[in-house]
Amino acid sequence: MSAALETVGLVKSFGGIAATSNVSLAVARGARHALIGPNGAGKTTLINQLTGVLTPDAGRVLLEGSDITALSPHRRVRRGLARTFQINQLFADLSPLESVGLAVSERLGRGHDWWRVAGSRSTVDDSIAEILERFHLADVMHERTAHLPYGKQRLLEIALAIACGPSVLLLDEPAAGVPEDERHDILGAVAALPREVTVLFIEHDMDLVFSFAERITVLVNGAVFTEGTPQEIARDERVKAVYLGEEPVHA
Amino acid sequence: MSALQGVLATAVADHLAARARWRAAELVFWGAALASVFLLPGKHLILAEIAILALFALSLDLILGYAGIVSLGHAAFFGFGAYAAGLLAKHALITEPVLGLLAAGLLAALLGFACAFLVLRGSDLTRLMVTLGVAMMLRELANRLDKLTGGADGLQGITMAPVLGRFSFDITGHTAYVYALAVLFVLFVVARRIVHSPFGLSLMSIRGNPLRAGALGVPVNARLVAIYTVAAGYAGVAGALLTQTTAFCSLDVLSFDRSADLLLVLIIGGTGYLYGGLIGAVVFKLLQDALATLTPQYWQFWIGLILVIIVLVGRERMSGWWHAAVAQGARRLGLRERP
Ligand SMILES: Nc1ncnc2c1ncn2[C@@H]1O[C@H](COP(=O)(O)OP(=O)(O)O)[C@@H](O)[C@H]1O
Ligand SMILES: [Mg+2]
Repeated sequence: MSAALETVGLVKSFGGIAATSNVSLAVARGARHALIGPNGAGKTTLINQLTGVLTPDAGRVLLEGSDITALSPHRRVRRGLARTFQINQLFADLSPLESVGLAVSERLGRGHDWWRVAGSRSTVDDSIAEILERFHLADVMHERTAHLPYGKQRLLEIALAIACGPSVLLLDEPAAGVPEDERHDILGAVAALPREVTVLFIEHDMDLVFSFAERITVLVNGAVFTEGTPQEIARDERVKAVYLGEEPVHA
Repeated sequence: MSALQGVLATAVADHLAARARWRAAELVFWGAALASVFLLPGKHLILAEIAILALFALSLDLILGYAGIVSLGHAAFFGFGAYAAGLLAKHALITEPVLGLLAAGLLAALLGFACAFLVLRGSDLTRLMVTLGVAMMLRELANRLDKLTGGADGLQGITMAPVLGRFSFDITGHTAYVYALAVLFVLFVVARRIVHSPFGLSLMSIRGNPLRAGALGVPVNARLVAIYTVAAGYAGVAGALLTQTTAFCSLDVLSFDRSADLLLVLIIGGTGYLYGGLIGAVVFKLLQDALATLTPQYWQFWIGLILVIIVLVGRERMSGWWHAAVAQGARRLGLRERP
């Protein structure tokens, strides 16, 4: 299997603190790949460099084999790389319908159309309804996003990334802050993604990581600590040591 | 996809498109504007001023209310358009008003396009300073180039041909008002299309959260440059209207006061629903007129007081209260969309 997403010797520091040190990582096409590590390990910083929010000090990012290191975030999205944020990044004044409609019209390349009405046939397609349904947002699609309960906002956070039609999806703690009993809505939607979509996800809940991931990379102090299958990681005493005092690791 | 889902899908897209439908209250609003042409013949001079201010405010609303770009120097484009129209007419290059308007609007849009790259850098504070600086530079330039602009004396000797070769400007301001109102309406309809389009939706997403807009594939800077250019063109047309309808143009058109008053107009009327600038312009002009008659020397004082209150209380909270009130009123009247 060739890599859908790859980094080569990625380096990023903030005022002397190495948040990413020489990270080389390959995410296989169609993979369900988890990125774990203690708080402050540099997981979000890595995602930010993959998506172009941050520019690495050194190293390269490759999407489907082509170098995207210098591309701006929106160009990477057009190439099929979408993400969600650890802390919700939504449009407070827009409704879920408008937000998803926006993402869909951008995906269809109609976003610059300034004359046709948003929502008319040529600017969107049927996927708006399908996505709103799939993420249990149809009943609140006219509400202001700011007024939605947190669980719905979290669903919208992921729905927007899906609406971009990604071939590679990066999820930064998708279930963060969501109570146990609401998590299945979110994870169900992620698990139901077609196999062509490559998923790299960050998650702290080890039950989720071990039930969903096929491959796990452990990041510590900005560097790749180890990588392997869930079985290998579960067996690794050094990983347990890293997590000691954090969360228990159990397969 | 099942048949049922197909029906739902169409309905959902229609809900999105429904935002663009004309509401009854909007028709009432424009009906009232049209009625004023016939019912208030003695007021056409001030009504023309109001229509011009409304167009200018609409221009600022496009960037502030929809794209979230703050500006303290929007008079730069207004003034540029005003001088462009004046000079074109004075030197008999273009004396027909509508053509002059188009030319002045295009020139102002070009200036806006050039400025956009400066303005869109950095934070809100940087933007305020850059817009302020550009307007000040233009004003000083117009002052220094007195051979061309007439300097502090203003641009004299402008003679406009009749509008479309048929309607001459008259002393009662009748032609001026009908002309200004017609231009305002046409440009309003265009602005309305713009804000309800996918492009307009993307502007609102940028105002709300530029980071996420980019993460959904929106080319944030390109979109901001585009709307800034359009808004500058609108402001230029407003300035050109003022020159054409008064046959005069002075350094006033580039003054800081003009930019500041404009913010006040939008603070009064509210931003982000297109009618704010129009309603604000009516209220502002009537207020100005009333206060200037009541207490001529205190007019500036009251404006100053309002500004201080706004700054002290904070734009957010102030606009919070006021906009909640205006928005509720507007919603009652059906001018605003969301429940
Ligand atoms: N914008 C920033 N400026 C300065 N330091 C930062 C910035 N973003 C992250 N860091 C630091 O980089 C390190 C990694 O942070 P982060 O990537 O958020 O970790 P994780 O997502 O794994 O919890 C932390 O020490 C954090 O404080
Ligand atoms: Mg993080």
